[in-house]
Amino acid sequence: MNDYIKKTDLYGKIWIWTAVVVVLMVPVAACLYYDAWPDGAAVLKGLLGVAPIYWTVGVIEVITYTPMLGTGGTYLAFVTGNLTSIKVPSALNAMENAQVKPGTEEGEVISTIAIATSSIVTTLVIVAGVIGLSALAPILSSEVLAPAFDNILPALFGGLAVVYVSRNWKIAIAPLIFMVVLFLCIPSLAGSVGVLVPVGVLVALAAARFMYKKGWL
Amino acid sequence: MEFNINSTFLYLLAVCVVLFVLVQSIFFLIRAYRRGKQIGITTETLRKTIVSTAIFTVAPAISILLGVVTLSKFLGIPLPWIRMSVIGAITYELPAATSTANALSISLSEAITDPKIYTAIAWVMTLGIMPSIILPPILMKKIQGGMIRIKNKDTKWGDIFMTAMFLGMISAFLGMVFADVRSGMKGFIPIFVLLVSAAIMGICGILIKKFQMKWLETYALSISMIGAMLFAVLITPLIR
Repeated sequence: MNDYIKKTDLYGKIWIWTAVVVVLMVPVAACLYYDAWPDGAAVLKGLLGVAPIYWTVGVIEVITYTPMLGTGGTYLAFVTGNLTSIKVPSALNAMENAQVKPGTEEGEVISTIAIATSSIVTTLVIVAGVIGLSALAPILSSEVLAPAFDNILPALFGGLAVVYVSRNWKIAIAPLIFMVVLFLCIPSLAGSVGVLVPVGVLVALAAARFMYKKGWL
Repeated sequence: MEFNINSTFLYLLAVCVVLFVLVQSIFFLIRAYRRGKQIGITTETLRKTIVSTAIFTVAPAISILLGVVTLSKFLGIPLPWIRMSVIGAITYELPAATSTANALSISLSEAITDPKIYTAIAWVMTLGIMPSIILPPILMKKIQGGMIRIKNKDTKWGDIFMTAMFLGMISAFLGMVFADVRSGMKGFIPIFVLLVSAAIMGICGILIKKFQMKWLETYALSISMIGAMLFAVLITPLIR
């Protein structure tokens, strides 16, 4: 590990632990200010409804995305959130355009720049939206525009897939067929796509390893 | 203190969190930019990365803003604003709020007036996403070390390993698009949108390679995404 990555790791850790405190301070501050500590049982019940799946997704996302995003990118992306819909695609697209590979220092730098830029832009768009919410809300939630935002993931992954699938179609075949068949057979899985990302990754890795050993790649 | 889901105090909290996120992002941006120049990445490439990412981000960011709009109906603006700026995603925040509301047997059809319900929801939203923020610093060394070991052992396999990971992830989202086909033509809309996005990207690729329109690289992903979103707006009323 070179000096830059080492320092990035150190700064990243300082920022992320500070972020933990900042994030926890929000409910603490609200409870103290309004002297309104919630019923522990209610919080636990609410948490039981979401934690099993989201904690699992959290673990999976960290393991899957860390190698793709690099050290700085990972620390920043996990604080700012919205990984699948913004951070990961923008980092992948940026590395592709700059012709650098993840896992190299160049990849680390480009990925961090992409994630930082998209965090800043997202934050500013939300700030602008919050300021103009009364004027914007009816337009944004209009029936006419609803299909555009309902289909943001296919609109995003269609373009992204062309770049990666066309270049590595041999590796792509097995996980693609597996996932399409899986979702056709069990449509209700669409709600837990986050849990299926590592399944796709494992299928892709197994198929790639097999083809690599056979000398097909 | 009288409770109000849109109180100045809650807005102040939101502003603090947003400033924290902005300062952290700017800190990492400046460091990476400087390092990029040191290791010989051209200013043009660095600039293009920033411009291209900024443009690409606008449309998904608006969809996140829509999440704030949805949640603000019962949680007010500050809490959804905070949650969507740090770690959050609408796919998580809405179920978290709904789950807590169910546990408390209340409806989320109107603005919350009881501060205890509000703080219960805030706690569930916060605690539910904790692993995403606590695990990276704990697991970073292990994961990065593992990747370096794979690469050192066999460089070619290391590259294939990384590509396979991307493709595995992309496959899961591509597969998801097929989930609703049994609901009739309506269920095919996401597939059409995906295909249009792929087609626009393909055309951009041809223009870039065959007609040397290198500048298009910066905008290709944004163009294909927004083009496909517009297509969704046009096709949905026709199919419904």
